[in-house]
Amino acid sequence: MTFFHGLGTVCILIGVPFFVSGTIGLLRFPDIYTRLHALTKADNVGLGFVVLGLALQAEEWNTVARLLLIWLLVLIASSASCHLVARAALQKKIQPWSRS
Amino acid sequence: MNPVMAFFDIILVLALPWLGWRLLASPDLFRAVVLFMSLGLLMSLTWVRLHAPDVALAEAAIGAGLTGALFLSALRRLERLQNSERRLDDAEKREEERQIPPEKRRRAKPVAYGLALLLLVVFMLLLGWSLLKTPVSPGGLGPEVAVQMGRTGVQSQVTAVLLNFRGYDTLLEVMVLFLAALGVWSLTRVGQPLQEEVSGPVLASLVRMLVPLMIIVAGYLVWIGSSRAGGAFQGGAVLAAAGVLLLLANATVVRQIPSTLLRCALVLGPLLFLLSAIACMSIGGNLLEYPRQSAGAWILLIESVTAFSIGVTLAALYAGGRPFEPSALEETSGESSAGDGEEGEGK
Repeated sequence: MTFFHGLGTVCILIGVPFFVSGTIGLLRFPDIYTRLHALTKADNVGLGFVVLGLALQAEEWNTVARLLLIWLLVLIASSASCHLVARAALQKKIQPWSRS
Repeated sequence: MNPVMAFFDIILVLALPWLGWRLLASPDLFRAVVLFMSLGLLMSLTWVRLHAPDVALAEAAIGAGLTGALFLSALRRLERLQNSERRLDDAEKREEERQIPPEKRRRAKPVAYGLALLLLVVFMLLLGWSLLKTPVSPGGLGPEVAVQMGRTGVQSQVTAVLLNFRGYDTLLEVMVLFLAALGVWSLTRVGQPLQEEVSGPVLASLVRMLVPLMIIVAGYLVWIGSSRAGGAFQGGAVLAAAGVLLLLANATVVRQIPSTLLRCALVLGPLLFLLSAIACMSIGGNLLEYPRQSAGAWILLIESVTAFSIGVTLAALYAGGRPFEPSALEETSGESSAGDGEEGEGK
């Protein structure tokens, strides 16, 4: 019990930097496409670790199932909304940023 | 108190007024809407921290989600309106500016600010005074509700208060929502679809995946409302979110719902609520005083039908106008009508 609890905490702590870097990316990256990249990629992995950690700490199986469902739903929603935002940006003819 | 949670609470307390100020001070309306939605989410978190999961659910679903969607659709309409009226508007503005001398305009501002500030201070003083005057009852009405729980037919105290003890409040709330939809329908008709907004395959398949799930969740929220956090408004909000998704994806299902059916769906919840209130009186009790043995069944029936109607009403508000009549329909590509139709009955 306590071993799983500790492992869960470690997983959550691993997940947090992904959220932080995703947020920094959102704030600092130059254009909409790179920001989307930072946000969705980082959040998905970060949330995956947080969900894994919470699932390890959960006391009942249905809590684990609910956590997995939440993770799955967020994955679907964030990848779909990322696609939609990028698509809308392309339709508005926003040029992707380049260093030159 | 746990120091980590205390730290979290302090951040929440600081972030809420800051977000509120940014939202009010933002000159960009789109940014204001986004800030409003984040404020709603933080508010929902605050309710969770205050051990009020029912309010948190309602705040997240209605306050942050649906109201945000309503604001966004209003914003889009506003932009369309402004684009078509810009030329006229500019001419009018220039005319106005010529008529008011500049020194007068500059003087009007501090006076207006001063008046607003005065009003604000007076109201705050009044509010503080009434707060001080209010007699404090330790523990509120919680203990009394707990004593009477056995007679309500439900296990959740919130649901007991909302649908049994103070059922007429909820009845009036449902009526207010109904009136709002009536108001919107009598003002406008749904707009023409924009050509560039043809939804892609991703949105379509997302909607196909999520809408059935959302209907299940809505039913679950209504069902679980009798014993835990949940209820008609939360379930209705999730149902409405499914409707909004369908409207966004321009799904053909939504477009084909006849408006008579929509009207029935709007009326169904309020009507049944009202009828059961009258029925309770005719049985011999007071308004909404359910028979003791079957109170739970009454509440469940009222809640599920009301949730369905709330869902349709909120989605209709998002659609922003009455649907096209078959006779008034000029072309088959008319804007999708409101609501989410028969699928809502899956509970």
